[in-house]
Order: sequence, then structure tokens, then C-alpha cells
Amino acid sequence: MSDATSEAAESPKPKSVPPAADHGHGDGHGHGHEEHDPIHLANPNLAHHFDTPQQQFDAGKLGIWLFLLTEVLFFAGLFCAYTVYRSYRPEVFVYAHYFLDTKLGALNTCVLLLSSLTAAWAVRNAQLRQHSLLKLNIVITIACACAFMVVKYVEYSHKFHDGLLPGPHFAPTEQVWELESFKHKHPEAAEYAEHLYKAAEKKKAAAANPAAAAPTGEHAAAGDAHETHVRPTEEQLEPLIAAGILGPKAETRDVPSKPRNAHVFFSIYFFMTGLHGLHVLIGIGIWIWLLLKANKNVFGPNYFGPIDYAALYWHLVDLIWIYLFPLLYLIH
Amino acid sequence: MASPSTTADLVAPRPSPGSDNYLTHEKGFLSWALTLDHKRIGVMYLISVLAAFALGGTFALILRTELLTSGKTIIEHDTYNQMFTLHGAVMVFLVIIPGIPAALGNIALPLQLGAKDVAFPRLNLASYYLWVLGAICMLTSLVMNAADTGWTFYAPYSTTTQTAVAPAAMGAFILGFSSIFTGLNFIVTIHKLRPPGMGWFRLPLFVWALYSTALIQVLATPVIGITLLMLIVERLLHIGIFDPSLGGDPVLFQHFFWFYSHPAVYIMVVPGFGVIGDIIPVFSRKRIFGYKFIAVSSLAIAFLGFLVWGHHMFVAGQSLLAGSIFSAITFLIAIPTAIKVFNWITTMYKGRIHLDTPMLYALAFLWVFTIGGLTGVFLAVMSVDVHLHDTYFVVAHFHYVMMGGAITALLGGIHYWWPKAFGRMYNEKVGRFGAVTVFVGLNVTFFPQFILGSRGMPRRYYNYLPEFEPLHQLSTLGAYILGLGFLMTAVSLVRSLLKPPDAPMNPWGARTLEWTITSPPPYYNFKTPPTVTRGPYDDYEGLVYDEKIRGYVEKGA
Repeated sequence: MSDATSEAAESPKPKSVPPAADHGHGDGHGHGHEEHDPIHLANPNLAHHFDTPQQQFDAGKLGIWLFLLTEVLFFAGLFCAYTVYRSYRPEVFVYAHYFLDTKLGALNTCVLLLSSLTAAWAVRNAQLRQHSLLKLNIVITIACACAFMVVKYVEYSHKFHDGLLPGPHFAPTEQVWELESFKHKHPEAAEYAEHLYKAAEKKKAAAANPAAAAPTGEHAAAGDAHETHVRPTEEQLEPLIAAGILGPKAETRDVPSKPRNAHVFFSIYFFMTGLHGLHVLIGIGIWIWLLLKANKNVFGPNYFGPIDYAALYWHLVDLIWIYLFPLLYLIH
Repeated sequence: MASPSTTADLVAPRPSPGSDNYLTHEKGFLSWALTLDHKRIGVMYLISVLAAFALGGTFALILRTELLTSGKTIIEHDTYNQMFTLHGAVMVFLVIIPGIPAALGNIALPLQLGAKDVAFPRLNLASYYLWVLGAICMLTSLVMNAADTGWTFYAPYSTTTQTAVAPAAMGAFILGFSSIFTGLNFIVTIHKLRPPGMGWFRLPLFVWALYSTALIQVLATPVIGITLLMLIVERLLHIGIFDPSLGGDPVLFQHFFWFYSHPAVYIMVVPGFGVIGDIIPVFSRKRIFGYKFIAVSSLAIAFLGFLVWGHHMFVAGQSLLAGSIFSAITFLIAIPTAIKVFNWITTMYKGRIHLDTPMLYALAFLWVFTIGGLTGVFLAVMSVDVHLHDTYFVVAHFHYVMMGGAITALLGGIHYWWPKAFGRMYNEKVGRFGAVTVFVGLNVTFFPQFILGSRGMPRRYYNYLPEFEPLHQLSTLGAYILGLGFLMTAVSLVRSLLKPPDAPMNPWGARTLEWTITSPPPYYNFKTPPTVTRGPYDDYEGLVYDEKIRGYVEKGA
């Protein structure tokens, strides 16, 4: 009872709530009529309302799995919204993914995978009473989580800087065909788009101010004429139409631009990665709490529940990223 | 009152019943505010939920008074819109959803399982404080500039109105987590804390109902959580997920909303089934009929409840095929529901029926819930729904189910477990009179609304045509009767608390485990887990009424 009240002020998150002690070999006690005090005395981490450490561990395990189920369903709403918008407006997703840095995304995937490994290893360490390895693995997990957040910070600040914001705040400072990622994949299309765009700019300038533009106006006209004569190749045209830069889905039909409602992608991007990032932050908090606990060498074969539950939560956070990465960064 | 109590196969009573119980075990505000005891948390929930019920009920009375006449009676039209929104939001999110599971369930569930507590006591307390936080958010919306979207928060109006939608939606979001935590806790408790001898088919039906409810809470609520979060972000940042002017899809909101909110209807009413399933055999002095069918039909309702959300969207541009499928599955829900009703009626058949207050509520439940359920089948028919959609017929239908089902069951459950939870008997005469008044008021309020709706009176309207006036006034009269019934009941219950404990261990002669310990229960419930050797509704013949203690005792004890 005393331990139950002493931890009463802990975070309301369920993974920290089961005041779990584990006893891998506690089955022998069973549900008996015998007095409970000997078991409770032998297991200071056994809460008063459980009969055996095994019962307590099982309850915690079922609880964390149910909690993870609710987490999956929580994110499922977002994945559903993603699916609906991607099927409505595939061009927006093709267009927007060029703005994402695949290398940073891949780096973050590796970082999270490594942290999942150390989290799983930490559970084993706790079971085997390997105190220093346990602490090391928790520290690596925390370090990876922090590294993930730093990379996310770098990515976000680039996005903010480039005007890639959700909703009406979306105002990209760069055209998509000027991006390295686009040029690398579709060099001819990028060149073609640039060409069309410049020609249109010149034409616009000429139309706005015919007198001043007279010397260059000729050039533009020539360029235009050139374009209408030479039909663009498939390599030039297709990537532009697929990304809604040209064609029926684009904001402007003839001048290369961006697809209509392009901002919805970044709404979904920030919503999904932001919510995921929040889960990583909560995870860091949990691991720090466990590190402090591990520092007191309390974990062992009889008591490793909290590490086990935290690791399960961490794997889920990792798993969600494993889905987010291809869905957002690796479109096509 | 050293009452003779139970047989040896049940738990032995504590040595000094009445002297030390969970209400008197510790004293002071903090001993309540930081308690981890499920009974105390249940009591705190009960008080809070009833306070919210009084608030939502006051809104309802003001709304009905306004509808006495077409045009302005007492409040302006904008205030009217805000008030029906908050009436709905408060009643759904603050009262009915937590009502039976979190308040009565917390008090009774661990006791019925012979457990010392729920599996995660701290999560339980967290759930309560999330409820408080959610309630504060709702009240913030009320104070700022109350939302006027209706409790459904439909986009695009909810993303564009100038009223304080975000705090109300935030409140519902937080309350969702409160509900998830309660559900999660109950599932684990039922799985892991059953006493020796209590297999799945020896669980009381209340536990079965809470288990089914908890499954829905855990599986459906996260979806409304993320939906409301998207709605809030949509309002703050205009992200264009639901707002069509920004490329969003408002029908997607309806899908998300009803994917939760239709199952949520069963979160509201299935615990009520559980209460009724516990009351009817006890007051019929007869073993429950069709136990397994009643138990499993709760699960069937929980499962089917996930597949019918589209019947809220028959006129929202859904394809005819999708509509037909949703309609057909909706009909299916009538089957498990009817199984319950028929089994309860068969339980009463040839029983010795005692018309005590809880039983009167149970009978009222059967009557009104059957009307509510059957009119739901009318609405599930697509062609009929096109005519009745968004009319008072729908309002009457869901009030028959929510008020008539969930609230009647809540009141029945409160009267049933009141002696156990607080150790006091209420005035039986006032209790019965209250039950009858509530029943009459309910029907007078909502039956005219079926007629109004079928004649074309749209829901949520401030004005109406002159020919609707008599029925509206009759409905308002019913609301006053209903208010009177609740007031009477509340006064009677509070008065019972002012006298010293007088409730026997087993006033109704029930066989479930909570009646084998003192009233109010000791702090630790059961010193040792009781061993269960029979079903929860078996062997009523083994109990005899003892006039001296005004309760039931084992025969020959």
C-alpha cells in the first residue's frame, strides 16, 4: 500500500501506471486462501490489490497492449485522412514529396530502429540484472530519441523557412522544379518547366510594360514560337502533369505552377509527424524516469515490468514512423 | 448489527461490520482528492456526473420553456442554439457516457468480482481528473461564447462559426481519454482479477455489459479523439482537412464522427442493459432466463455497433449501395437487443415480483427502451429516414433511448446500489413515487415529439408553425413533470444520507458478491478473495427475509 501511495502523483499515462513488479516464476502461489502478507512482504513492488507478482505483471501487460491498441486507432484516423486525400488528389502528394529530404528521413528511420534495438535489449538487461548495461541501453535509447528530435527540428525549420506551412500559410519560396530532388529525378522535365516558366514571365513582363520590354520582347516571342513548334517529349511532360505542375490539376493551366490545394499535404505532414514527435517526446520523458529508477538498481528478474511496457510503447512509436517515412517521403 | 451472513463458500464477514468502512477509513479532503480506492472514485464520479446532469437538465428545461410558443418566449435564438448544443454535449459527454460505467461501475464492478480494487487504481483516479478537466473545458466554452454547432460539431459550420467551438471540442477530446482509461481499466480488471471459481459464465450480467462497453470505449474513442483534434487544429490553423473552402472534405468529418459516435450510443446504453439484467432477477426472486444469451448479446451489440455508422448519413450523399448495407446491418442490431428484452420478460414470468424502486425503474426501462429501440428500426429504413431525417422524430427516438434507456437505468442502478455504497436506505415511498413521476414525465415529454417529427417539425428549430403549438406545449409540460420527478428523487436520496447508516448487508436478497460484505463496504472489500461456487443469480430460495434487520440472510444461518 505504501508504494501505491508514494507513486500516486506519477504521470497519468498508463504505461507508467501499473506499479508493476514481475515475478517470472510466481505462478506456484496461485490464487489461494492463504494469507497474502508473506507474498507482499517478499515483493515490495507488489500492489495491495494483486495476489501474486505474476498477476500484477499480466495485468500490466494486458493494459499496455490495450493502450497501444488505442494509440494505433488514434493514428488510424490520420492514416485514413491521408488515404482519402491521396486518392482524391494524388498529384498533390507527388508534388509535395519533392520538398521532403529523403536523406534526413532515412537517417531518422535508422536512428529510431537503433533505439528500438536498445530498448528491447534493455528489457533483457533488466531481466538478467545487468545494471550497467541496462543504464547504457536506456541512455542510448534516449540519445537516439533526442537525435530524432534534432533532425526533426532541422527539417521543420527548413520547411518554415521555405514557406512550406499548412493551410493558407502555404507559400513556397522555391518552385518545385528548381529543387535538387526534382532535377535529379527528372532533369528534362525540370529544364522544360524552367523554360516555360521563364517564357511566361517574359511574356507577362512584356504585356505589363510593352515599351520597356521591347528589346527582350522579341526573344520571348521567339521562345514561345519555338515551344509551340517542338512538341515536348514524354520525359519532359509526364512528371510535370503527375505532380500537377502543368495540366488540368494545376492552379494555372499553361504556366508551370503548383497543383490546387497543395497545402493539404503539409497539413497532413505536420499533423502526422507532429503528433508522432509528441509521442517521441513523451517517450523521452518515460525513459528518463526509468533511467532514474534503474540508477537505484531496482530492476531484476522479479521486477522488470515498467521497462517491458516502455519498450513496447517505444516499438509502437518506432513502427508508426516506419509507416510515416514511406507514406510521406517515398511517394511513387 | 451482528447479522448472520453467508455460507462458508462465500467470504466470511469482517469481524466488526459497520465500524470501519471506506467512507470513514480516512478523513479529510486530501484523503478523497488523492484516493486510489475504487469506491471513493466511484462516489466522486457519481456526485460530479449528477451535478452535470443537473446543469444539462436545467438547459433542457429552459429550452422546453422557450418552445412553449413560437418566436421568442424567454431567450434569443442565438442563445437557444448555444443552449441546445451545450445540453447535448453535457448530457452525452459528461453524463451518460461516464454515468453508469465510471460512477456505478467503479463502485460495483470490483465488488462483484470479489476484488480489492480495479487493476490500475492510479489510472482510475487519472480518469476522474480528466473528466474534471474536460468539464472545465466545456464550461469555458459556456462562459466565453458557447458553441452553437449542436453536439455533433459538424464541419464546415464548426470550422467557421465565431463561437467557442475549440474549448468545447477540447473538452470532448479530454473526456474521451477519461472514457478510454476507464474502459481499459475494466477490461484488465475483468480479465485478471476474477476470484477463484468465477469463470466467464459466472460473471454478473452487469460485468458482462461493462466488458462490452469497455471494448467499445477502447476501440472507438481514439477515433473521435483524433477527429476532434483535427477539428481544433482546423479552426486554429485552417489546415483544410474538413473545410471545403480550403480543399477539405466535410463528409469525412461525418464519417469519423459517427465511426465513434454510433458505437458511443452503445457505450451509453449497454451498461444500462447490465443494470437491468442485475435488477430483474433479484426483484423477481427467480433465476435469470437465458443468461448466456443476454451476456453474449452485449458483445454482439458491441461488434455490430461498429458497422452501422453510415445510417447517420443516408442523406449526406452516401452511395445507395453503402446506404443499403448500413441499413441492413442496423436491422441486425434489433436481434441481440430483442434477445435481451425477451429474456428479461421471461425472467419475470411466474416470478414473485417485488415492486421496489429499482424494479420500477427496470420496468420503466423495458417500456421506454422498447419504444426507443423500435423507432430506431423505423429510422434504419432508408426511405423512411429520408422523410424523418433531422426531424423531432429523431429527437424523440434518441431521447427514448438515452433518457429512457441510459438515464432510467442509471437511476435504477443508483437506487439498487445506494444502500451498498452509502449504507443508508432511502425512503421507499418517495423512491417509488419518483420512479413513476419520471416514467410519466418521460412519456409526456417525448411521445408528442414522435408525432411532431412525423408531421415535419424539424429538430433544433427555434420557431415553428402554429399547428405544432399544442404538441410542443404538451412536451414542455412533460419536461416539467420530469424535472419534478428528478428533484423529488434527489431530495429523497440526499435526505437518506443525513441519518446514521441503517442498511443491511443484503437488502434486496441478491446473490452477487457485493451483497456478501457489509454496507458500506470495508476499505479493502474482501479480506481474502471469495471462492465462487454458483452463478450470480442462483439459489434465491436459500435466502430468507429477516424483519429485524430489514434484509436477507442465509436460510438456517
